Amino acid sequence: MSKKKVLYYVNQFFGQIGGEDQAGIPPEFHEKGIGAAAAFAGGVKENADLVGTVICGDNYFNENNEEALAFLEDLNSKHDIDLVVAGPAFNAGRYGVACAGVAEFFNEKGIPVLSGMYIENPGLDVARKNAYVIETSDSAAGMREALPQLIKLGNKVLIGEELSPEEDGYLSQGRRLTEITDKIGAERAVDMLMKRLKDEEFETELPMPEFDQVEAAAQIQDLSKATIALVTTGGLVPQGNPDHLQSASAQKWVKYDVSETDALGQDYYTVHGGYDPVYANENPDRIAPLDMLKKMEKEGKIGKVYDFFYSTTGTGTAVDSSEQFGREIGAELAEVGVDGVILTST
Amino acid sequence: MVKEIERYGIPIVHMATITTISESVGANRIVPTVAIPYPVGDPDLDGKEEEMRKELTERAVDSLHKEVTDSPLYN
Repeated sequence: MSKKKVLYYVNQFFGQIGGEDQAGIPPEFHEKGIGAAAAFAGGVKENADLVGTVICGDNYFNENNEEALAFLEDLNSKHDIDLVVAGPAFNAGRYGVACAGVAEFFNEKGIPVLSGMYIENPGLDVARKNAYVIETSDSAAGMREALPQLIKLGNKVLIGEELSPEEDGYLSQGRRLTEITDKIGAERAVDMLMKRLKDEEFETELPMPEFDQVEAAAQIQDLSKATIALVTTGGLVPQGNPDHLQSASAQKWVKYDVSETDALGQDYYTVHGGYDPVYANENPDRIAPLDMLKKMEKEGKIGKVYDFFYSTTGTGTAVDSSEQFGREIGAELAEVGVDGVILTST
Repeated sequence: MVKEIERYGIPIVHMATITTISESVGANRIVPTVAIPYPVGDPDLDGKEEEMRKELTERAVDSLHKEVTDSPLYN
């Protein structure tokens, strides 16, 4: 029997090409293990050979998705791939979304995918449905813990052992599997109810997903009378960052009076980590288009741009914090009667 | 943040490049933007950049004036 084949996907950083300045590189294929790929290959060598490592810039994957997937399609047609590993992406958002895209692509072809992510990675929702995703810490410092878990999981997948989220430490995929039990549903339901009535511990057989949908607010009737507020998660602050907004994992939001200015312009710059700041600093209005909103105000298309501009940093910021910022900013905007909001993200 | 602000009944549009994140979080109005480091801009357009930026910002403003349909994307 010929050995199974593994393909490994990493971004520009873990592919040892470079940092943010290389985030736009198109995918490239190397017929060897690079970084984590080499370590993984060593760990599963009894069951599989590594075909090679795909390195792709995070921005490229997200901005040129079709081209990136076409690259994977081409690789897949040349090699008979049995297992794909993407990441681990820790709390790197764009990398996580790219890994999720890779997972979705191969899962549709029936090829199992492994990945690893921090629980708040924005790629997780899609990735967990398409891959065995282990939970990692929020930074690459967790590689040492993550890799042995991935290797163990990988070996089990390669030899075709049955897996379960509890035993194998991956995040549940939201799938229901058929299981044979001695008791019919009615009996199990009564058992569960009795336990509940007696305040004993019980475990539901089907945890309900939590959906949190916010109903769309009604549209603005007359734009020419509306006050529009501008908010960004792009980390824009006045020169010198007077309020010390964090460059990652924001603990606060800030606001600045823009009533007397026509644009953010060179009075502002970005402190946001994780994206190349050159273009933002050349023209901060590329991140939050205050200049264009002011133009529309002059033209009478909108009534007014709200006097204050709101800013925070998106990268690595906890979901709880973002929700809190949203509630606090929303309360202010509602109180002064702002009619609509534009929120830009990098 | 988008959702929490909208909870106050204020219509909000998210201008973002990775729209899949925005959609999975549940934004009701999304305008896809140019690129992560310059969502509302494009340094390669030179003279035409301002025109594109205005058009994109207008699309965002206009989305606040439109009723929300099944798809949150305003292309």
